[in-house]
Amino acid sequence: MSAPAKPADLVTVNIDGKDIAVPKGTNVIEAARLLNVDVPHYCYHPKLSIVGNCRMCLIEMGMPAVDPATKAPVMDPATGKQKINWIPRPQIGCGTNVSPGLHVKTTSPMVKDAREGVMEFLLINHPLDCPICDQAGECKLQEQSTGYGRGYSRFIEQKNVKPKRTQLGPRVTLDDERCILCSRCIRFSKEVAKDDVLGFIDRGSYSTLTCYPGKQLANNYSLNTVDICPVGALTSTDFRFKMRVWFLKQTNSIDTESSVGANTVVWSREGAIYRITPRRNDEVNDTWIADSGRELFKAVKASDRLTAIKVNGNESSLEIAVNAALHFCKDGGVAVVGSGRSSVEEQFLTRKLAESLKASAHLVSRVAKGDGLLVSADRNPNVRGALVTGLISALPSQQLGGLAAEVDAGKIKTIISVGEDLAEAGLTPAQLAKISVIYLGTHANATSAAAKVVIPTLTMFEKSGSLVNQQFRLQKFAKAVPGPQGATDDLVVLAQLANIAAADLASVWKLLAAEVPALATTTHPSIPEIGLLLDATPYAALPFVEGETLHYKPAAKASAA
Amino acid sequence: MAVITVERKPLTFAERTYLPQIAGGLKTTLKHFFAPNDTLEYPEQRPAIPPGYRGVPTLVYDPHGREKCVSCQLCEFVCPPKAIRITPGEIPAADASAHVEKRPQEFEIDMLRCIYCGLCQEVCPEEAIWLQNQYSTTGYTRADFVNNKQKLYELGGTLPDPHLKWDKKLAAEQHGNAH
Repeated sequence: MSAPAKPADLVTVNIDGKDIAVPKGTNVIEAARLLNVDVPHYCYHPKLSIVGNCRMCLIEMGMPAVDPATKAPVMDPATGKQKINWIPRPQIGCGTNVSPGLHVKTTSPMVKDAREGVMEFLLINHPLDCPICDQAGECKLQEQSTGYGRGYSRFIEQKNVKPKRTQLGPRVTLDDERCILCSRCIRFSKEVAKDDVLGFIDRGSYSTLTCYPGKQLANNYSLNTVDICPVGALTSTDFRFKMRVWFLKQTNSIDTESSVGANTVVWSREGAIYRITPRRNDEVNDTWIADSGRELFKAVKASDRLTAIKVNGNESSLEIAVNAALHFCKDGGVAVVGSGRSSVEEQFLTRKLAESLKASAHLVSRVAKGDGLLVSADRNPNVRGALVTGLISALPSQQLGGLAAEVDAGKIKTIISVGEDLAEAGLTPAQLAKISVIYLGTHANATSAAAKVVIPTLTMFEKSGSLVNQQFRLQKFAKAVPGPQGATDDLVVLAQLANIAAADLASVWKLLAAEVPALATTTHPSIPEIGLLLDATPYAALPFVEGETLHYKPAAKASAA
Repeated sequence: MAVITVERKPLTFAERTYLPQIAGGLKTTLKHFFAPNDTLEYPEQRPAIPPGYRGVPTLVYDPHGREKCVSCQLCEFVCPPKAIRITPGEIPAADASAHVEKRPQEFEIDMLRCIYCGLCQEVCPEEAIWLQNQYSTTGYTRADFVNNKQKLYELGGTLPDPHLKWDKKLAAEQHGNAH
């Protein structure tokens, strides 16, 4: 549904008396959603195949009557309109695709009866442990019970007993009693994760979700099954019993583990992050993210977090630290090492800093094997941001070999590192000891230990900004939690070092609009939630490392081959 | 505005002597010498608490000594002055009530914030929090007024409640339904 469909591809249907034109192939649930009509469902998921086994989306449907012999429309004398032949039994909305003239009723007594019947059967064996269930508050069964449940049970026999607390894998715990057998997790594992380990065993009310004997749900996408589980059967072992979801504040964010830039929601309460879940973006990550991206928030409360500004090992203030840093830079021979993990705004200020110090700008690349789905080969989330903002003009390498040679030759006397570990990027301890290192970063490492000036900065959960992903899609993320005491916003530090009066997003974006032609008409608030696609043609010749992932095909490689 | 002049009656002779008034006052005083005493000698004597009284909120055990609270945090959610703060926790597998899976790690009620409204008791799906007949809270510091989990159970004690739904659940789990 990205490009507007041509009128020829549109089909007009009538839902609850309202006409709407929808693309061919849309099912009744999606068509109704366009009219803000909710058709309750459990097993249907827009990004998975349709099985139609929960029977919750039952609707009443009919087609305009025509005379069998003449094919002439049969008119209803009472209304003066064409008569509708209603099918006497309800049909499932998920498995019914629209056809011209289709009439649908989603609120008729028959539909209501059907939904109440389905709910009663689903609740027969469902345990009443909502008070301890982690899904409570975001549970479809709870929601539909409010709408279609009878409030008491007519079932006097003993409820089914099934395994509770099964470890399906390292990150997923299964409570089989809560399972309503929708099979979303099975279809996800098979169709999206391509790791077909889940299935049902036994029949009827004894049906039980289980893992294939000897296997585990251990792939890097296993926690998506927890997200799509409409009830509390699949739970995240990490988030289990930590906090009720209704207390958590949701902040839109971006997964920074690779250049895919999967959209996420960060769930936090009172400055503590509890979990990260995917946010739907049909152009980037559909409704999935990798498990590895959900653990990134643990760095926020890590014990090796830097929380004190230090000059030559002594605690200091920001003003003194900035002056000390500039003192180290005043004799020239300065290099600035930017980061592909910084936001677009920070990379732009890093460029301004390099310009003001007449320093060379470098970037470190991180390359690992991509998984072809939502973790790409380039593990920096924002290398393209550095290209767009003009921090670098060629793709970075993994080691700062040239910089190391210049250090050995005595040409470089000071390095300002914006969050990059220089030791990891190939500088030896001897080289680091020879020069003055100024380190802006979040966590302690070899570089912060060797640095003359250390200024703690914020993790991406503690600040707002934007990133450019592998599709050259500019996407924004927002501050979820406040930073720790002692850490300063990267923009403030960079602006003070570069001696420019643009230490917040709005003023940096004014500068960006003035100096970067690709962003001339953009401001941070105006970036849409699904991202803004930038023009990639100026960089088409660069040999980007990414292979094919979901919604991304490497164009440059195809032309080079 | 019309002015109404009120005629003030002059005092009679008896009134001017004050004696009838003094006698009347002494009669009332004398009556209270012999009337039953209404004053309680607090704190030696304590008032009788009527049923349904909303005193200090407390946590209770079930008759088998299991913590009834499963830390669903509904009371924390409903509490109008935000006096309740719960840290949920998982029950370790070795525990006798491991089948309940969840109980509070810490449960704090700030009695300086509590308004004794009873919504926590009303909302509790496990009947674990009760406003009982404890009405007096004393302390020297603000921290003294924060009742922690241990204090809440000390105040609450055991609820003689015959439901024992979690014991029934455990029995069903152990019985199973083989097919």
